[in-house]
Amino acid sequence: MAIRKYVKHALSEWMDAAGATDSDVVISSRVRIARNLRGMPFPMMATPAHSSAVADQLLGVAESGRLNGLGKLEQIRLTELTELEKLVMVEKHLISPNLANESRGGALILSSKEDISIMINEEDHLRIQCLSPGFQIRETWDRATKIDDIFEEQVDYAFDEKHGYLTSCPTNVGTGIRVSVMMHLPALVMTGQINRILTAVTQVGLAVRGLYGEGSEATGNLFQVSNQITLGQSEQEIIENLYQVAKQMIEHERAARGKLFADNRPRVEDRIRRSYGVLSQAIIMDSKEAAQRLSDLRLGVHLGLMPELNDRTLNELLVATQPGFLQITYGEAMNPDDRDRSRAQFIRSRLATHS
Amino acid sequence: MQCQECGKRPATLHFTKIVNGEKTELHICESCAREKGELIPGTQSGFSIHNLISGLLDFETSGAGAMAKQQAAIKCEICGMTYAQFSKIGRFGCSHCYKQFAERLDPLLKRVHGNTVHVGKVPKRAGGRLRTKREIDRLKKEMQGRIEREDFESAAQLRDRIRELEKDMSG
Ligand SMILES: [Zn+2]
Ligand SMILES: [Zn+2]
Repeated sequence: MAIRKYVKHALSEWMDAAGATDSDVVISSRVRIARNLRGMPFPMMATPAHSSAVADQLLGVAESGRLNGLGKLEQIRLTELTELEKLVMVEKHLISPNLANESRGGALILSSKEDISIMINEEDHLRIQCLSPGFQIRETWDRATKIDDIFEEQVDYAFDEKHGYLTSCPTNVGTGIRVSVMMHLPALVMTGQINRILTAVTQVGLAVRGLYGEGSEATGNLFQVSNQITLGQSEQEIIENLYQVAKQMIEHERAARGKLFADNRPRVEDRIRRSYGVLSQAIIMDSKEAAQRLSDLRLGVHLGLMPELNDRTLNELLVATQPGFLQITYGEAMNPDDRDRSRAQFIRSRLATHS
Repeated sequence: MQCQECGKRPATLHFTKIVNGEKTELHICESCAREKGELIPGTQSGFSIHNLISGLLDFETSGAGAMAKQQAAIKCEICGMTYAQFSKIGRFGCSHCYKQFAERLDPLLKRVHGNTVHVGKVPKRAGGRLRTKREIDRLKKEMQGRIEREDFESAAQLRDRIRELEKDMSG
């Protein structure tokens, strides 16, 4: 089955890019565009007949070959996926939890590199998502808006002269875009500067969310920064604002790393090598500890202290140590203890192939 | 940073909210966000702004007695969603809801976005009129500049072009 490919490999092909822009701090960039079809109730109020008409119409655009310029595309109806497959695709950010769990008539157009994921009958009829490695929000927007144009040639969007693109939730109306970057900020966290930075960032209309880790706690020093406002600013303004702020955050993180290293080299080195030692040997590894120690290794790679490792492996481990993926790898129905052992095992074997 | 709601768990969500035109920062944990129904834009978790909006709408509709009841009973003639339903779930049922609930909409959008008017991308086909309107605005500004520079000949050309476009729009 073609779907197997998407759930078997933790590392999406698009992430497998060495030396992406500013990838020492920014792991990935994402642009999501929300659109709805004119004259059709939004998915939440849609009858099954409506939903299937919407899915047929939007999948029809892929069918027509107009998206062929985007490379090889797969069309997937959500009903074809098992619960576990859906979970893994959520962990890889290929689909949203909403599409996985709540959609009716949900469908997906996915590129084989997994850098384009077009969700159908999510909260809105159409959600175009483009992903890029490193810090590339402008380029990612260029790709997404072109796909939007192709759809608009074929289908009529719900658009209003005053309010712009109409969306189910009023927080998306207007441009319908959400631009985000996933940042790794270990030095700002370690030096205690992160609070000041987060406060500053929220004041300029951006939202930040700590990422990864089961339950509610942010671990692994990963932060998703995105625009909050979609109405009253142009796409270029939204992107430029996020670009400038993220750029400054990158510089702050680099400066903090430099200072940390200069002031406490043995301590920093010890922490990183210690985490490598634990991850290489541990038998039980919960998700929180894994996220924290993988963050140490990532910092080590970019401080030049981990010559045996690279971002590629760390990006893979980020996804591969999530619950759904561990179940795919080691068999169904795991309890949390099994999972912690499997997680440790996976990390050990992955690091061993590098030494 | 600790969650400003519970003071126990670390805050993982950081964003601003506009209350009475003033920006308020929020630094909270996911549990509290879920409990309060806060909106976190750009996140993919299950909770979102709708409870926040509905809080606002409940407040608005509870204030004015009979008027409020009338408001709540407004129903979208296309999808059947009532204003009361919208204020509960914070989601529109269809694009016509935007027209149906227009009167109450701008204060809400102002609160969420600080703005009420779209200035971004316009679709090529559905946005024909708006594209023309924006083109006219742009040409008028350009014409003004040329008049100020006393470049009357080329300003006149622009004026003719504007008239053409305006005729297209009314016709
Ligand atoms: Zn809390
Ligand atoms: Zn409606």
